[in-house]
Amino acid sequence: MAADRLTDVMERYEAVIGLEIHTEITASRTKMFCGCPVAFGGEPNTRVCPVCLGMPGALPVPNEAAIEWTVLAGLATECDIALWSQFHRKQYFYPDMPKDYQISQYDLPFCSDGRVSVEVDGPGAAERLDRGHALESGLLTGDAEAYTTVIGITRIHLEEDTGKMVHVGGAEGRIAGADYSLVDFNRAGTPLMELVTEPDIRTPEEARRFAQKLRQIWLALGVSDCSMEEGSLRVDANVSIRPRGATGLGTKTEVKNMNSFKSLHDALAYEIVRQAEVLDAGGVIQQETRHWDVGAKRTSALRSKEEAHDYRYFPEPDMVPFQFTEEWIAALAGRLPELPDARKARFVAELGLPAQDAVVLTSDTALATYFEDAVAAAGAERAKAVANWVTGEFAAHLNAAGIGADASPVTPGALAEIVELVDGGTLSARQGREVFSAVIETGMAPSAIVEQRGMRQVSDSAAIEAVVDRVLAANPDEVARYRDGKTGLMGFFVGQVMKEMRGQANPGVVNDVLRARLG
Amino acid sequence: MIDLNTLTAREVRDRVVAGDVSAREVAEAAFGRIEAVDASVHAFLELTPEIAYEAAGRIDAAVAAGEPVGPLAGVPVALKDNMNLVGTHTTAGSKILGPYRSVYDCTAARRLLDAGGMLVGKCNLDEFAFGSSTENSAYGPTHNPWDLSRVPGGSSGGSAAAVSAGMAAIALGSDTGGSIRQPGALTGTVALKPTYGRVSRYGVIAFGSSLDQIGPFGKSVEDCALALEAIAGKDPLDATSAAEPVRSYAAGLGEGVEGLRVGIVSDLLDVEGCAPEVRAAFYAAAETFASLGAEVGEVRLPTARHGLAAYYIIGPAEASSNLARFDGIRYGHRAADATDVLDLYTRSRAEGFGPETIRRVMLGTYALSAGYYDAYYGQAQKARTRIIDDYRAAFEHFDVLITPTAPSVAFKLGEKADDPYAMYLSDVYTIPVNLAGVCAVSVPCALDEASGLPIGLQITGDYFDEATILRAAAAIEAERALDLTPPLVTELLDAQAAEAGMAAQRDAALRAEG
Repeated sequence: MAADRLTDVMERYEAVIGLEIHTEITASRTKMFCGCPVAFGGEPNTRVCPVCLGMPGALPVPNEAAIEWTVLAGLATECDIALWSQFHRKQYFYPDMPKDYQISQYDLPFCSDGRVSVEVDGPGAAERLDRGHALESGLLTGDAEAYTTVIGITRIHLEEDTGKMVHVGGAEGRIAGADYSLVDFNRAGTPLMELVTEPDIRTPEEARRFAQKLRQIWLALGVSDCSMEEGSLRVDANVSIRPRGATGLGTKTEVKNMNSFKSLHDALAYEIVRQAEVLDAGGVIQQETRHWDVGAKRTSALRSKEEAHDYRYFPEPDMVPFQFTEEWIAALAGRLPELPDARKARFVAELGLPAQDAVVLTSDTALATYFEDAVAAAGAERAKAVANWVTGEFAAHLNAAGIGADASPVTPGALAEIVELVDGGTLSARQGREVFSAVIETGMAPSAIVEQRGMRQVSDSAAIEAVVDRVLAANPDEVARYRDGKTGLMGFFVGQVMKEMRGQANPGVVNDVLRARLG
Repeated sequence: MIDLNTLTAREVRDRVVAGDVSAREVAEAAFGRIEAVDASVHAFLELTPEIAYEAAGRIDAAVAAGEPVGPLAGVPVALKDNMNLVGTHTTAGSKILGPYRSVYDCTAARRLLDAGGMLVGKCNLDEFAFGSSTENSAYGPTHNPWDLSRVPGGSSGGSAAAVSAGMAAIALGSDTGGSIRQPGALTGTVALKPTYGRVSRYGVIAFGSSLDQIGPFGKSVEDCALALEAIAGKDPLDATSAAEPVRSYAAGLGEGVEGLRVGIVSDLLDVEGCAPEVRAAFYAAAETFASLGAEVGEVRLPTARHGLAAYYIIGPAEASSNLARFDGIRYGHRAADATDVLDLYTRSRAEGFGPETIRRVMLGTYALSAGYYDAYYGQAQKARTRIIDDYRAAFEHFDVLITPTAPSVAFKLGEKADDPYAMYLSDVYTIPVNLAGVCAVSVPCALDEASGLPIGLQITGDYFDEATILRAAAAIEAERALDLTPPLVTELLDAQAAEAGMAAQRDAALRAEG
């Protein structure tokens, strides 16, 4: 229903979406401006010091590692890295901000003008290609099944995270109606990257894919654990709509509180339909911040009127500006690991994988690494077979267990063994799946399971011929009907033979022998 | 026996190290002097006998054991009350920090104590260092030991008065636009504002982060040099502290000024309000330099006269930001029965801040506001850059630059309290130095004939060239050899002497009778 309405709305309107993505640099051991450890949770106000509590007279000292991580993030998203940069103070009063200003960046961010390409497949690809890219042409490529769009990165800057407020006594932990509020400063001062995209995103699906892609890049870099649940990756979206063919921008709303990629998609889909309904009814869009309620599946205005914030930015006088050299940037670039796009290209070029397999495998750094380890064990010539197993059985198992590739009891070596057993004809595909399940259940090596269960596929024609003959002799009526043209009975005969051989017969050989005898 | 409070820090240290006097006796003498005069001076907001006697005990034990002690061993010291030290209040002269107690140590204060300083107390100041008279303290004004009806200058007036009246041999102050040098001039003490970055700012409650610098008051140039050696140097907790090596500032003080190129900043002497006696004392000092073999010439700092205007944008702008944290949420004064968070903020701050603080926060907030930033803050920064260029150009031709420290001798309490602009003019000579970030020292160069009040000479040096300005100051100090004991103390010493004399007569009489 909602999807239908979105499709209808998107026929008439074009959505213009930009994202603001905050990522905590959890790779940094210490906070942005002090030596307190970076971690999640813990007893409130236990990871604090005079600096991150904003005590009188305390001073910030920049965390160089966090700056390096930010520059790495910029390099990974093809940004220009500033040779001269500095922090600014962004000033506003709020109890979760100890100094009542946030040390952030203003007109001189560390990284600017980058890009990330995003692959989108599924329904709508053809329409999207037809409609093209409104702001910059030539950035869309693909076909009716899948396309790639390039999303511009306006900037990535570095700042400090705030503390967390706990509102007690109000509805749903929100401040309205609360009796009192508590502040936990454990998170205050955690290094936080803010990435802002150009308004290059046109559909909720592109927004979701972009956010997922960015997460893959961050995970490949190792800059953050990117947990949307724990808040180390937080996505806000700005969205407006305009009639198809229009070039001016509509009034935008900012949507917050999306704690999963699905929420990001659903909130944008909801918001686009809502805005269209307002416009269709002759109304005007209010510029406002809206809160996504995942339970009610709707957005609601967070503030009735957008406050005109004057943050009174000015250069942070407690730190000297940063002057970087091309050599320093080049040295950092040398530290970049292989990123998802490069890995994908390598899987296609070196391992001969179909592009679609490569996309799926590199959508998850741990999965791609698992795949590579399994290929190393099984041999490059079995790469396609390993890919089938990893994207099929193994991915389904991870999904069901809710774990990452590196946490599975099926090690890359075990999976490689199963692939070899099936690929070499020792096990049937069905037996392979049985062994796979047994590895998960018992943790035993595949070979030990095969040994224990006597699971060897019988491909010996003589043994199979004897069974086939017995089966045909025991079912004369079926043989007669088959020969009269009921060829659909082939499955019946195969089943009978397999049953008699307890599933260990090579199905290919069984088919061949049956056809020869019945032919 | 000599009153220990009349000794310089260097003399105290030498006697303590030699075992001639114990650190404990020095501390007792200091608290005795405080007891005798501070009721009328009001230099201190808090006394710290536990900290002082604990240090004295350690130092005396080390001396007795023949172990090494610090270069300021047994020296009674005081801190301006905007410097944090565990175990003390740190009010910054404000009601908003009345309930606050320090949870960590200011680096410079820690270093001073680690060098052997014995903390006798924390000194009064204009609230958050906003002022030039110490009348803006929420805890009442400090009086000038030279004339209790006059101000000691400010904002570090308590620190200046404490050293002037012999209640501490060394005191630290902070200087954003003259807050060390101007009270130094008005109390007849030597007062040093080091180069920006020379001393860590960590733990001093920030006023103008790009201008603030901690420095010492002393009874002699040498004491200031010893104190600077103790507190200077890179601090990993202050990103703006400099890695520049710390020199032995006390060595070479007596080398004289022969050949030293001394520039009279002629255009600053034309500004309004420079008193004739100050002007006369200044030119006499310039002649003294010449007579000692210095090459004295005139130099112009064309943009420096705009320093006051630029300073009253940049200083309040940074202050408005630095003072945001005093919001009643985590520490300090919190308004009772707030209805919501905005009410909590506005009432806590309105109740906690004094009028000058509110004035500066409003000035700074306005100057940084959207639409005004370029016209005010941006323009002030441009002026600042020009002022820096002026100083750089001047130091191409001169080793030190000289001006009066303050345009007048100490003024009466209340005289300028209702006229902020007149008060701001007190710092016209000192402010450009902070804007440029160079170093300067105020050294007493004369006692005004009419009033008997001290007059200070400001000697400004290039970045990190404290050694040269201290050497120049030492030359003036030696040549003038002024008796800088304020009348208050002279009377006290006379009374003590009379008492001692009477006691001696009594003893002699008793002995005669016996």
